Order: sequence, then structure tokens, then C-alpha cells
Amino acid sequence: MVGGILVFFTAVLAVKVRSRWRRSRCWRLKTVYIAFASDAFRDGFLDDQYTLLLQLQDENEPDFVLQVATLFFEDSEKLLNELRGILDKQDVDFEKLDACVRKLTGSSASIGAKRIKNTCIAFHNCCKEGRKELCLKCLQHLAQERLLMKSKLETLFKLEKQIRAAGASVPVLSK
Amino acid sequence: MAVGGKRRWWWKRRAAVVAGVTIAVSVWVGSHCYFRRENMAKAEEALVSMCEERARMIQDQFAVSVNHVHALAILISTFYYQKQPPALDQETFAYYTAKTAFERPLLNGVAYAERIIHSQREIFETRQGWTIMTMKREPSPMQDEYAPVIYSQETVSYIEAIDMMSGEEDRENILRARATGKAVLTKPFRLLESNHLGVVLTFPVYRSGLPEDATVEQRVEATAGYLGGAFDVESLVENLLRQLAGNQDITINVYDITNASEPLIMYGPQIPEGYMPLSHVSMLDFGDPFRKHQMHCRYREKPPLPLSAITTPFGIFVIIMLGGYIVFAAKNHYDNVKEDCRKMEELKVQAEAADVAKSQFLATVSHEIRTPMNGVLGMLDMLLDTDLNLTQKDYAQTAQVCGKALISLINEVLDRAKIEAGKLEIEAVPFDLRSILDDVISLFSSKSREKGIELAVFVSDKVPEVVTGDPGRFRQIITNLVGNSVKFTERGHIFVQVHLADNSDLGADEKVHSGLNGLSRSEKVQIMSDCTFDTLSGFEAADTRNNWENFKLLLSDEMCLQEASTSDKEPDIVTLIVSVEDTGIGIPLRAQDRVFTPFMQADSSTSRNYGGTGIGLSITKCLVELMGGQINFISRPNVGSTFTFTAVFKRCNKDAIADTKRTLSEALPTGFKGMKAFIVDGKPVRNAVTRYHLKRLGIAVEVANTVKMMLNSLTRQNSNFRTGRQPYIILIEKDSWYTGMDVYLHNQLLMLKQNDCVLELPKVILLVTCEYDKMSSGSLVDTVIIKPLRASTVAACLQQVLGMEKQQKKELSNGPTNLRNLLAGKNILVVDDNKVNLRVAASALKKYGATVECAESGKDALSLLQLPHKFDACFMDVQMPEMDGFEATRQIRLMESKANEQISNGGASRGEDSMIVEWHLPILAMTADVIQATYEECLKCGMDGYVSKPFEEQQLFQAVAKFLVSKPSSDS
Repeated sequence: MVGGILVFFTAVLAVKVRSRWRRSRCWRLKTVYIAFASDAFRDGFLDDQYTLLLQLQDENEPDFVLQVATLFFEDSEKLLNELRGILDKQDVDFEKLDACVRKLTGSSASIGAKRIKNTCIAFHNCCKEGRKELCLKCLQHLAQERLLMKSKLETLFKLEKQIRAAGASVPVLSK
Repeated sequence: MAVGGKRRWWWKRRAAVVAGVTIAVSVWVGSHCYFRRENMAKAEEALVSMCEERARMIQDQFAVSVNHVHALAILISTFYYQKQPPALDQETFAYYTAKTAFERPLLNGVAYAERIIHSQREIFETRQGWTIMTMKREPSPMQDEYAPVIYSQETVSYIEAIDMMSGEEDRENILRARATGKAVLTKPFRLLESNHLGVVLTFPVYRSGLPEDATVEQRVEATAGYLGGAFDVESLVENLLRQLAGNQDITINVYDITNASEPLIMYGPQIPEGYMPLSHVSMLDFGDPFRKHQMHCRYREKPPLPLSAITTPFGIFVIIMLGGYIVFAAKNHYDNVKEDCRKMEELKVQAEAADVAKSQFLATVSHEIRTPMNGVLGMLDMLLDTDLNLTQKDYAQTAQVCGKALISLINEVLDRAKIEAGKLEIEAVPFDLRSILDDVISLFSSKSREKGIELAVFVSDKVPEVVTGDPGRFRQIITNLVGNSVKFTERGHIFVQVHLADNSDLGADEKVHSGLNGLSRSEKVQIMSDCTFDTLSGFEAADTRNNWENFKLLLSDEMCLQEASTSDKEPDIVTLIVSVEDTGIGIPLRAQDRVFTPFMQADSSTSRNYGGTGIGLSITKCLVELMGGQINFISRPNVGSTFTFTAVFKRCNKDAIADTKRTLSEALPTGFKGMKAFIVDGKPVRNAVTRYHLKRLGIAVEVANTVKMMLNSLTRQNSNFRTGRQPYIILIEKDSWYTGMDVYLHNQLLMLKQNDCVLELPKVILLVTCEYDKMSSGSLVDTVIIKPLRASTVAACLQQVLGMEKQQKKELSNGPTNLRNLLAGKNILVVDDNKVNLRVAASALKKYGATVECAESGKDALSLLQLPHKFDACFMDVQMPEMDGFEATRQIRLMESKANEQISNGGASRGEDSMIVEWHLPILAMTADVIQATYEECLKCGMDGYVSKPFEEQQLFQAVAKFLVSKPSSDS
């Protein structure tokens, strides 16, 4: 068992070293891309919906995912501000809050941002319970998750761009 | 710190030892002293009593002597003075006193001296015939008075004629005696003759007529003489004391203490001797009030210390030391044990921490390995897509297969770690048990075919079609067990059975391990001799419960139960018993008790021969326990093993069943309902399995043991009822087949047809287990099914044989391509206030070829949806600000109904038949939470269906297919 793991480690190392030796920038980029993406999937930042989005992207709309993501981040920023506004008030209108959260839930589900979606669901539950302090915590969490997601996606997009610039096709992600 | 502690501990110990010894010693000393004092007190007591006893005795004896002297005085006064002439002379006196000497043990002798006044001296001397002498034996000088001894006892006859008044002591005595009238004593002095210390007793003798209360003068006047006696104290007391016990032990001194400042010794050694510290003084009263006497007693030697005064304290000392040592040793032992215990605790904590760390490490490492492994696999995928020559391709594929195996292994390890960390949770979703079992069977089908093992599955009819539980984990359990069985079985069969727990109780007691050896079962031996068994493949199985006898019982039980229970209220919980039986190498007896221990295979040689990590069964056990069940096995080496586990699932309510059936993977084709099939199979268990699969397809089944019997019954039946509405299918097991059978059967069937027994030639299907068995079938067989049987494979085969292919294919191929067909060229409106959702939904629909327009609010949608509709469908978000989906739909429906009324009113006038169709725009709700209530509300306000956001292909297709009539003919 341990031997297997060790052998495996060395194999991974060998693969890495070999790929470096090849000095194929494209190859390395793809490796990084796949590793990064599978990381994101593993850590729950992204789910299957994102792969669906990637499938939707074709020659007609080469930047589809980028557009949607941009849209999402604009939208979510607006929503977050709105949420902050509602929560800043003395008596919180939980229904309104919930509606906002729902919207964010929908859009995060659409883009496949699993962790944001999960946070939204938690937020929704807090709204139902009507507990302001928990809501505030959720909001904070949400903002954090959004930033994380943003950095992840930006990296992914950058990598994609670089791969494309190198003249290769972006590898197809599938979970 | 530790050193200091140790030193302190050492000091403490030392102090304890010193204290213990000190206590013991002091107790020893104390008790010794106590015994000593006690002894002294006792000795003193004894001394006192001895002293008193002697004093009393001497005193008594003295008193007796004095009394007797008194009596003598009376005698003299009576017989000497009151008789004329006196009746007493020296002779008589001497005789009498000698005879009565025993009465006066203390007196040497007595003598009587008469009082002579000087004037009477002449007369007296002449009468007596001697002159009065002094003590020095000289004639007495002239005196006022004389007291010459006239009578004397023989012992003291030497003092006769001696004037007593001439001696200093005697004179004084005489004077005192006649004055008091009592016996008086001299101070001790050396007696004449004997030269012993002694005292002289003097007693006055009065003439008669002296009154009791006479004065001194009267007494002196009346005095006639003096009776005297010498006490030879020394020898007499010696004699007296010799008679008493314990005489040797003590020394006695008797003193005359009349002059207190200088006591005169009367008896005893001149210098006091003996043991000085202990002495007793007793007063002696010799009846002379003027003289005082004392008796000093002491031990001759220091009283000896009794042995007990030494041994007892020593004993106590030893006991205390022993006790102290015991306490000390106990404390020491206790300290040691405590220390050990503490160390043990520490080690335990360390071990536990190490265990947790191990689990965490495993979890982390396997997680970390998965990530790069995914990368490797992805790369390999890509590599395989490139132009490779055959060898390279082969290498790459091998690498991929290995990688996948590694991933699954890592997943197992991760599972195990997760279970250990308690992080694994069991889902509860509805699933179709039978299809999962079919999946598992198909997974192992190639392997079982390769090995020529029969692999079969049987699910009791009582088991509900859909149950709620964790399909993934259930599949994992079955896969693990079947995988093990396949790995370890070289011949025979692997048989998976699922029953309801309540009616497979028979022989439940036999589950206990003790029965494993099977040696105790005598009937087993009997069966052995027959060489074939009533099991699936005819090989012997470890668990006798699975033979036909019990199986039949189960089946018949099922039949009657089924009829009875249809009306019964079914319980919410379904407990299933799943058994996986194989006829493999079995588990060695000694390894049976650690089968479920992680990383433990039966023995190391097993893993060498068969590979594997041995983690599978332990995970399986954990999973079974998580599902609320138990796992057990019965195994006999070289016979096989049967793993049995129970699992608890929830029953689904009817709606949910319908719901899941819709969404669950491909349902079985239904085109076989009402068909009839004949199974020719000599083995009852196996034909039950076949029957089960056919039944699932809705095919009625008849069974015959041999081909001949089948033909007979075919003839009989068809002569009775000439129905033949459906073609017969004949499934024949390989066992009942032989070369040339096909021709024979074909001819027979042809004959039957000619005899009008059957309308059509029945289709003959051969069931085989191995690929090469296929060859032996004749050319006249319609098709051959290679086992394992699965409802879907059987269905596919039948379709092929019966020519139902085309019709079925259409139904089966409703994948995404169909969705494309449905949606291609359609105008679709998507309404959602959420831009992201809108964009994604639109894009997804576009992908299927639809033309999409978007609206961001209910109002926009309304304005776009003016009649006449240019859209074929509308996807509407339920929750939107201002106007939500429900409201928008209601308004649209209102608008439509108005328009429809107008049309129905004026429709006739228009007369355009193509437009007569009522306005009804299909509106689909888009919602994130798919709750029944939402669904109902959707329908209430006039929507046609709902899809969840984000779109799922299957669901989208189902929803769309309902109302969008695909116009493939026109469009494509």
C-alpha cells in the first residue's frame, strides 16, 4: 500500500519532470489548467453546471463563459450591496432579503458556483429563521466566497486565454 | 523539575523510614519500661505482704510470750506470796518453766527477782543462804533496793542471785515496769553468755490487793518482785522466719527506734544489705508503749526482670517494623503502579493521536493523490486522442487502466478513512434496486464469462420496485461482495439474492458461526455422495439455506404472502436480506474471524495469488452497519462462501415511485407483455432466476425439465386451446442441450406446426455461460444469450429475435439528439430577472437549435407575448420582482381565453381551419426549488410544467416532450 503510494508519487514526479524537460509551454499550461480546474472542482468551487457552460461555448460565442461570469460578478456585486443595505437598516425586511438571496442562489447555480450556492442556501435558512446576526455572518461569508470564486475564475480564464494564445485548444473538462 | 521531584520523593521516603523506625523503637522502649514498672510494683506488693506477714508473726509470737510471762507473774503472786509457806520453790519453778517453754518461743528463759529493801537484806541473805551479787558477780554494794533473782529457768540459771538492779538496762526496766504495771522491754544489747543481741522483758509482780486504777506510788509500794525474760531476738527471729516461704529472697532488719535519731539494731546485719531502692518498713508493737520498733524488709537481690518484659516489646517492635515495611512496600508498589498507569495513559493518548493522525494522513494523502492523478488521467485521455501507433496506444491505454484502478483504490482508502472519521453520510433517495443489481451484474459479466462461472441475480417479488436509501453505497456493497466472489471463484456459480427480511427467516439460527465447519451436519455427507446439489450450478454451496429446498419454500411463501398482503397496510421500513453465494475457494477456517478487519486477507498467499488490498470487506461491513444492517458469512474452504447482509430501506410512497420511475435510468421495454415463454432447465434454482428476469419483462413463463417434456406439454396445451396469439419463445439451458439437438428440435417443432399445434414456429434461444459454448449451438437456434442474464439483455435479444428492433429503437434513443429535434427551429421566450440565469438558459436552449428571445421581467414578457403568439414556448422564472411568474402566466392565460372566445364566436366566419386551434402558449416554470407545492401552484395558474434551474437535459426533455409536438418530418 505505502509502496504503491510511493511508487505513485515518483511516477507523478517523473511525469512532471518529463513535461518540464519537453519545454512545451502549451503542454505545461494545459497541465496547470487541468490541475487547477480539478482542484476547483474538488474544493467545491465549481460543479457540473460549469462544465455544461463550457459545453455551451462554441465558435459562435467563444467568450460565452467569460461573459456569463462577468455578468454574474456584476450582478452579484449589486446584489451583495443590496443585501448590505437591507441588513444595515434597523429593522430588517427579511422577505426582501430572502428575495435577494434567492436571486443570488439562482445565478450562482446557473454558473455552477457550488460554494456560493451552498452559502446562499445557508443564508436563506437564516432569513427564514429571521436572525440578523447569522445573516450578517452569512453575508460576510458570501462576500468572501465571491472573491475567492472570482480569483479562481480569473485564473482559469487567464489560463484559457494563454492556452488559446499558444495556439492550442482548451482541454475539455469533465468531472 | 523531575530531578527535584525525585529528590523530594527520596527525602520523603527516607523521612518515612526514619519515622517508622523511631516509632517502633519508642514503642519498644515504652512498653519495656511499662513492663518493668509493672514488675517492680508487683515485687513491691509482694515485699509488702511478706514484710507485713513477718511483722505480724513476730508481733503475735511476742504477744503470746508476753502473755505467758504475765501468766507466770500471776502464778508467782498466787503460789509464792499468797500461800504461807510459799508453795513455790526453785525446783518447781524450773520444772514448770521448762515444761511451758514451748509457750514462749521467743524467750530464752525466765527468771524471777524478788524486791528486797535494804533493811530486809540481812534476813533475805540468811534465808536464801547466799549474798546478793551484782552483774559482775561481786557481792552487791549497799543499795536502797535490790532485786536478786531467786527463781530461774534452767536455761538462765547462771543469773541466780544476781541483783537485776545492778544492770543499767535492767534497773531502768524494773523501775518502768513497776510504775506502769505492764511488761517493758530494754533496748537491745548483747546478752550475757550467748552474746547475742537481745532484749530483756520485765514484768512486775504485785502483792494482792492492788486496785486497777492504782497510782504509781501505790504500785511501787505493792511491788513484790519482777519477772524477767531475755529475748534472744537474733536466733529466735531467725528460727521463726525460717519457717516462712520466700525467706531466702528477702533480708530483714529490726530496729529499736525509741530514740529516733539513732535507731538501734535488734536483728539483721549491722550494715543494711540487699536491694536498697525497694524496701518496706513495718511498725512492730511489742506491747511496750515506751519502746518503738520497726521492721525493714528488702529483697536480697534486685528482683529479676521477667523474660516477657523483653520478649513482648521485642515482638511488638518486630510487628511494627513488619507493619511499617508492609505499608512502605504497599506505598512503593502503589507509587510504581500509579507511575506505570500514568505512563500507560500517556502512551494511550499518543497511540490514539497517532491513530487519528494516521486516518487524517490517509484522508489527506489520498485526497492529494487524487488531484494529480486526475491530471494524469486527463493527460492520458488527451494522449489517446492524438495520433498514436498501435503500440503507443496500447501503452497509453494500459497506463490509463492502471490509473483508474489506482483512483478506485484511493477512493476505497478515502472511504475507509472517512468512515473511521465518521464523516460518511448515507443518502436517502429513491432508487430501483433491480436495475442496480443488473448494473453490478453487467459490470462483472465479462469476467464471469471468461471464467465460465454462472452469475445470476434474483430479487423476490415482494421487494418493492423502488425503495429509498443510498443507491451508491448499496451498489458499492454489492460490487465489493460480487467482486470478491468473482475473484475467488474458478468454477460453479455466483448467486445474488434479495429477499424481504421477514419471510426469509427460515434457518436464521443457522447463521451463527459455529455451524460454519459444516462437519456437524450429517445430512451434508449424504448429499455429498450424490455429487450434484440443488444449487444454481449444481456445485455445492457453503450455506445450505440456498439450496432448492429452502428456495422453493421462500418462493411459495412469497406467492401466498403476496396475495394476502396486497390489502395489508405496508410498513414504512423495508428490511432486505441480500445474500451473495459463490462456490469459490472459501475462506480458511483460521482466517474467518478476521475477515472484516481492514487490510486482512485470508492469508498472505491469497493476496499474492489474487491481488487486492483486503480493505473491501471492512468497508463493506462499515457501509452495511451505516445502513442499519448486519453482515455475516458462512464459508467452507474449497466449497464456497455465502455472504449475507441485511439493509434497511424506506418504502416510497406511490407518487414518489411514479416520479422516480420517470427520472430513473431507462425503464425496461414494455413490448413483451402477454407473451409466453418456455424454459427448459433441469435446475430449479436456475430456472427460477430465468423466470424472474422474464417476469420483469412481463412474459408468462412455463417450465419443463427436459426438451422432451417441453414438447409434450406444448402438444398437450395447444391441442386443448388453440390460441397461439403470441409467439412462443423457448429458452433452453446449455445443460439440456447436445449436439444435433437443434435439428431434432427444429423437426419436432415443424411437426407441431404441421399438426396445427402452434401457429408459428417458436423462437429457440439457447442460454450459455461461456463464449465458446456458443459454437456448440446448432445453426437452427435463433439466438444465443450469454449469461449473466439481465432483464435488459434478455429484452434486447428478444427484440432482435422477434423483429421488434425498429419499433423499440425509436423509443430507446431519446437522448439529447432528440431534444435537439424537439427544439430545433422553435421560437422560445425565456423570462428571468436574473441576467446570469437568463444568459445561461438562453444559451442552453440555443445549443439545441432553438431561437431564443429574452425578457427580464414579467411585464416585458407580457408585452412580447401579444397575440398572435410568435413563440412556441415560454420558460418563465417563478420569482421575479414586480410581477412574478405566476401572475404573468395568469395574465397571459386571461388574454388567451379572451382571444379564444372571440375566435369561437367569430371563428366560423373566418373559416381558416389551420387557425382554429385554440391559443395556448406552453409556459414552463423555471424554479430552483422543486417542491411538490410549487409544482401544484404552477399547474394551478395555468403553467404546463416546470423545469429546475439550471437545466438538466433529461428533465428538460421530459417537460418539453409533453407539449412540444416534435415536427421532425417537417423540419428535418
